[in-house]
Amino acid sequence: MTEFLQQLINGLSLGAIYALIALGYTMVYGVLRFINFAHSDVFMVGAFAGYYISKRIPRESLGGGLLVLAGAMLICAILGIVIERLAYRPLRSRSKLNVLITAIGVSLLLENAGQFFFGANPKVFPALFPVKTFTFGNGLVMSSNQMAVFIVAIILLVSLQFIVRKTKIGTAMRAVSFNPTAASLVGINNDVVISFTFGLGSALAAAGGILYALNYPSIDPLMGILPGLKAFVAAVLGGIGNIPGAALGGLLLGIIETFVNGSRFSTYTDAIAFAILILILLFRPAGLLGKLQVEKV
Amino acid sequence: MLEIKNLKVNYGAITALQGISLEVKQGDIVTLIGANGAGKTTTLRAISGLLKLQSGEVLYQGRNIANMPAHQIVKLGMSHVPEGRMVFANLTVLENLQMGAYLRKDKKGIQQEMDYVFSVFPRLKERQKQVAGTLSGGEQQMLAIGRALMSKPKFLMLDEPSLGIAPLLVKTIFEKIVEINKQQGISILLVEQNANLALEISRYGYVLETGRIILQDQSAALRQNPQVKSAYLGGG
Repeated sequence: MTEFLQQLINGLSLGAIYALIALGYTMVYGVLRFINFAHSDVFMVGAFAGYYISKRIPRESLGGGLLVLAGAMLICAILGIVIERLAYRPLRSRSKLNVLITAIGVSLLLENAGQFFFGANPKVFPALFPVKTFTFGNGLVMSSNQMAVFIVAIILLVSLQFIVRKTKIGTAMRAVSFNPTAASLVGINNDVVISFTFGLGSALAAAGGILYALNYPSIDPLMGILPGLKAFVAAVLGGIGNIPGAALGGLLLGIIETFVNGSRFSTYTDAIAFAILILILLFRPAGLLGKLQVEKV
Repeated sequence: MLEIKNLKVNYGAITALQGISLEVKQGDIVTLIGANGAGKTTTLRAISGLLKLQSGEVLYQGRNIANMPAHQIVKLGMSHVPEGRMVFANLTVLENLQMGAYLRKDKKGIQQEMDYVFSVFPRLKERQKQVAGTLSGGEQQMLAIGRALMSKPKFLMLDEPSLGIAPLLVKTIFEKIVEINKQQGISILLVEQNANLALEISRYGYVLETGRIILQDQSAALRQNPQVKSAYLGGG
């Protein structure tokens, strides 16, 4: 039982990171109907931004850690907005395939620019928060970094839900996502909403990057590829375009991965995790929370 | 209020509007009738900035707004209720109306507008918490009109408000259109396939055929016009 709970905690903490990244994929898909493949590299830039900011402030303090987090989120929000402005917006009226290929190009650009500027060798990500390990009565162990993941992820998810559900810009996001033409007819500038969406999604990816690096403290410019791919799958699993779905998909993927990892099939973790996902999608092609949409003519 | 001059619109190689001119005076209800594919919707979409013009002028309150983006035109007090209603089906009725007031900051004024919309369409008030996708066609049309009113427009364009709606509701909606025009002094350009109804509530009418205006006159006169009668009013 204890082992089951332990694995569950580990899985949830990994899944929360996937969820944070998956939200960016799903939100951008919601407003633009394409997959931003450069998103996984924004996640990487988030980790590096945290790495460089942390060199200038006191280590292992709560305030310092939060400052690193906020700084990385801000930098990535700007990066996301700039990417959309320079690479995707000029292609808005073209076929989605063009944008998709451009996204792959931006992804490669960021990875190679990362190797150029940050160096290709892995760097050791510092411990931002004071590191402690908590042992509970029944032998359950939880590190302060795992706790940080939970706390930060929950706060961000709740804030995001608040922004999307209760604020004017969030409602505008949902309006643009449903019908951009109708949105412009009520005076919504679609460009502003799209920029905002990119900023928000990229900030969440940055938070994901920091939390990931805290738990797996070796960072390099290609670190985003696999977690990004998994987060993308998580977004599809939850129902692409659906925000709670992305969170659910992320958590589920993290849990599945951790449990397989803890079994005797651990060599095949990724293969088994993805096989399970394929099975789920066979039975629910629109994802767990997604609705099948009839293409409108 | 609105004057368009020699408006031309192309869809690729196809000419949709071959240079049309029309005018809507302050406080007026003007209608644009014509068969399917004549270019009625294209005309409205060109005026509200959803389509690029080939050439021509759109003078709104004396200012040429041709090729201005749609979201900026809303700011000038023009509101367009598009064909097919296009309510935000994933938002609640209340959120749809709030989005209609997207550009406004005056909370008090927005509340007044909301009260006015609810007084015109009490059904919307009853259903304000409901998701718009679950409304009936007629209710969605009411919502689309209500949403357009939330920006406190001076000029309103309605595209086929009778389309796909129960006949009883069509009558109500047309009465409300007249009411909005009278009470708020909003000028209206109405596009309709139901020429009978449109000519009944409008003062002046234009007849559009394959991208050209072939006839224009007082609505009362158009209703007696033999050509209009046989082609659009279902009589001989």
